[in-house]
Amino acid sequence: MTLTKRIIPCLDVANGRVVKGLHFESIKDAGDPVLLAEKYSREGADELVFLDITASQEQRETIRSLVSKVAQVIDIPFTVGGGVKTLQHARDILLCGADKVAINTGAVKNPEIITELMNLFGKQCVVVAIDAKRNYDYAKGKNIFSEDSKKFWFEVFIYGGKTGTGIDAIEWAKKVQQLGAGEILLTSIDKDGTKDGYDIILTKAIVETVSTPVIASGGCGEPLHMLEVFKKTDVDAALAASIFHYETHSVDRVKEYLKENNVDVRL
Amino acid sequence: MKVAIFDYGAGNIFSLKVALEKRGATVDVIKSFDQADNYSGLLLPGVGNFDPAVQSMRKSSKTTFQEYVQDKIPVLGICLGMEMFFEKSEEGKEQGLSVMEGEVVILPNKFKIPHMGWNNLKIRKSNPLMDGIPDSSWVYFVHSYRVKPKNDDIIVADSDYGIAVPAIVNRGTLYGTQFHPEKSGKIGSLMIQNFLRECKK
Repeated sequence: MTLTKRIIPCLDVANGRVVKGLHFESIKDAGDPVLLAEKYSREGADELVFLDITASQEQRETIRSLVSKVAQVIDIPFTVGGGVKTLQHARDILLCGADKVAINTGAVKNPEIITELMNLFGKQCVVVAIDAKRNYDYAKGKNIFSEDSKKFWFEVFIYGGKTGTGIDAIEWAKKVQQLGAGEILLTSIDKDGTKDGYDIILTKAIVETVSTPVIASGGCGEPLHMLEVFKKTDVDAALAASIFHYETHSVDRVKEYLKENNVDVRL
Repeated sequence: MKVAIFDYGAGNIFSLKVALEKRGATVDVIKSFDQADNYSGLLLPGVGNFDPAVQSMRKSSKTTFQEYVQDKIPVLGICLGMEMFFEKSEEGKEQGLSVMEGEVVILPNKFKIPHMGWNNLKIRKSNPLMDGIPDSSWVYFVHSYRVKPKNDDIIVADSDYGIAVPAIVNRGTLYGTQFHPEKSGKIGSLMIQNFLRECKK
């Protein structure tokens, strides 16, 4: 046996509650973050990810207290992200008990923060979140992919998927690895909230580009989608939110299903 | 029972503190070995970088690690804390604590680095830390270096990451885990309980 594939429930948090949206928009309430964290941990989740989707200045205190509450009830690793723009903010989150901090917009705006964080806390704490979206406008110098005879490249988006940056996601992944990212949390904006399955083309491309672990995110609607992303790519972990929140599937059942289909998971 | 976590000032020791407290220990966080009396056990946490961590320990105390521990106080070194037991590391230039013979080397680059996630233990020999822990138990790793002891006898368990990664080492009262027991669910918690039982002796 060797390293297992990780199953990671994600909790999008707004105003201290877990919420779920479609395409980064229209959100609904999905429960108490601490209770959900405890439940997922008990059911055998390998890690948890918390994303503060409001990420406003006022929310920072809420998030800090949430992080320390969560750290007291669970004994598996967890990552916290959303609106982390400064070294001080990242430091706060880690010192409150999070194991890793995810940075997205903050890293695009100020890539040095990745290296600074690595120097302070070590690589293992630094997760760079990349939100990527297919861009069908031809652009020179981009990594071009095609599906159903349409050509596109993957553009990095920031500010919760609202703003394009013109940056090629493949190139950005290479760069963040060089700067010191310990892991990449890769979200497909096209797939997020669709329950249509992960973006296999995107995931495969990033996994083959970097040597750091990669977490696939966006689009998981059923356990089959996790099986698919593990069979078709060498991704290390699959993240999902809604399939776990609404009691549609429990973490342990999903892992049993993966195991039956010859994916190495921790059971 | 009172134990101390040595803080190199580098990161999150909160989870480790909570894990120890859940198993009934009283925990102080210390930054120097001077006047650090009355602790039944010492923990070297697993976050930070080799050189700054070793330096922080040397600079902050007149008492050296060896003088403090004197082969009497049980010590649990986690991840970086375990790597510091050895003589040197490819992560830095500083001399390690040198209480175990051997060195720390980077993982081969044909594998994904860091080695991050759940892997299972192959137990090589019985050990107080392993009481009640079955072979092949899952534990959580996150590291880029591995230890290469001069003498393999100190390896209690290893883990398969394409190469054998020493996962638990022990010499006398010194215990080291390359993985994070405080993040390894029930199995990790049991190991912490086993360590605390050694501290009581």
